[in-house]
Amino acid sequence: MQDPETALTLPDPLPLDSGAVLSPVTIAYQEYGKRAADGSNVVVIFHALTGDQFAASPHPGTGRPGWWDRMVGPGKPIDTDRLCVICANVIGGCMGSTGPASEQADGARYAQSFPVVTIHDMVRAFARMLDELGIDRLHAVVGGSMGGMQALAFASDFPDRAERVLVLASAARQSAQNIAFHEVGRQAIMADANWNGGDYYGGAHPDAGLAVARMAAHITYLSEKGLTEKFGRRLQAKGDGKPGEKSFGFDADFQVESYLRYQGSGFTRRFDANSYLYITRAMDYFDLAEEHGGRLADAFARASARFCIVSFDTDWLYPTAESQHLVRALNASGAPVSFVELSSPFGHDGFLLETPGLDEVVRGFLT
Amino acid sequence: MKPHGTALADLRPDLAAIASVIPEGARVLDIGCGEGTLLAALAAHKQVDARGLEIDPERVATCVARGLSVVQGDAERDLVHYPDDAFDYAILGQTIQMVDRPADILDELLRVGRSAFVSFPNFAHWRMRVALGLGGRMPVTPALPETWHATGNIRNLTVVDFRALVAERGARIEREWHFAKGHTIRKRGANLRAEFALFLVGR
Repeated sequence: MQDPETALTLPDPLPLDSGAVLSPVTIAYQEYGKRAADGSNVVVIFHALTGDQFAASPHPGTGRPGWWDRMVGPGKPIDTDRLCVICANVIGGCMGSTGPASEQADGARYAQSFPVVTIHDMVRAFARMLDELGIDRLHAVVGGSMGGMQALAFASDFPDRAERVLVLASAARQSAQNIAFHEVGRQAIMADANWNGGDYYGGAHPDAGLAVARMAAHITYLSEKGLTEKFGRRLQAKGDGKPGEKSFGFDADFQVESYLRYQGSGFTRRFDANSYLYITRAMDYFDLAEEHGGRLADAFARASARFCIVSFDTDWLYPTAESQHLVRALNASGAPVSFVELSSPFGHDGFLLETPGLDEVVRGFLT
Repeated sequence: MKPHGTALADLRPDLAAIASVIPEGARVLDIGCGEGTLLAALAAHKQVDARGLEIDPERVATCVARGLSVVQGDAERDLVHYPDDAFDYAILGQTIQMVDRPADILDELLRVGRSAFVSFPNFAHWRMRVALGLGGRMPVTPALPETWHATGNIRNLTVVDFRALVAERGARIEREWHFAKGHTIRKRGANLRAEFALFLVGR
């Protein structure tokens, strides 16, 4: 297994969409499988909002398996016996790539002085990283959710560099509803007593706010059907082994409450609140059509890749209609495109879990 | 990797007829492409730019898994989103009798494609006529085994009806094929003898 600390620093400053310039830029990444001599087997996986470069190896902080361990590995649908997978932490992130928790030249953390980055800035940084690694053309770019946005941005911004573009549970623009949910999360963080304008690195972190942000977001990743199947109205058993009962107070009586609290507090141990603000902002700003005079098809006018778009029927965060909107634009641009809506009870998380048909589609498309 | 495709000679006779006409490198849209049998054969043996539209997600998944570019969608709802002249050939196999607005679909086929292949079961086949005319029941035949209340064929038409529709829409018939018991039959008397028909229609 690769050193979890693997990272490279770009030789040049990175110009950003905001007009600011980021320098230096370090990108932490993981590589799985062996690169072919001619570099023709490289697949880049872009991670989602709270993901990281550890797609198929244990997270060094939590020790838990990689977030896409069931999809990426030897003999798996993204088969590292055949393909070389590179997954990097986005800029603005908190797993080794330059972000708001990084130290500046004077040793002070960026905190809120970190420039706002966009999805395009993230993929520009990756493209520069690939240049440094000596990789020109990619067998494929793959991503779910925000990773799908990056895959689309990469295909649009670097039309000659990817042969295949696989986009799961994503969209070509962030919807009003999704911006709204992000704003709830950000406000929860900024309302935390420890927030201190983002300058909290020397003391207690705004963990309560970040946990609430994660709890609210986590609900949007699931579906009503999934929540009902998993928890229903069942009460949480108490520690003494007795069956659960209502407390007539505000403990986590219901299993679903307990689950959310656990998700929220676990998240604060592996994620930085400032990064949460910056990355959600990058997603909110994403609208591929807007950058092309309102015509989404024009975003792909020069793309040479084959596209495969996958949605999930219970995903209400990035619903099928968003994927269909994207597919129509790709059709109008003449790009070879496949689209399928898979049936899953897992909501937006369908792309991460055991969804019937998903493995076959991913494996087949990447062949 | 090229999609694995059935040898052209081993295709069903109507699909083989389509494949025999489509030239190398053509742009083809197969509407209701199923598991992609025709598209895969055309991609493998004629190097066509093969695209498909299919309503059933499992079949779409099968197509994608075999390397085809297929979009899950509904012909009546989604064809309008394809640009004009996007394809040399649009193919609508055994579907026109199942849609709400067959005339509109024909127009759409000839908008997105310069030519269109359309195939359908011929409801003037003699077995149909016997079943309805003498038996007084809606026909259930070996070729169309479902009863009236279970069948998806809601727009029953004949070979002669289709020729009339093409004329009415200002299009023209470039070629036609007729099939019975899995074989090609002569054009003469086709409206009585053909179980299925395939037309190549141009603008």
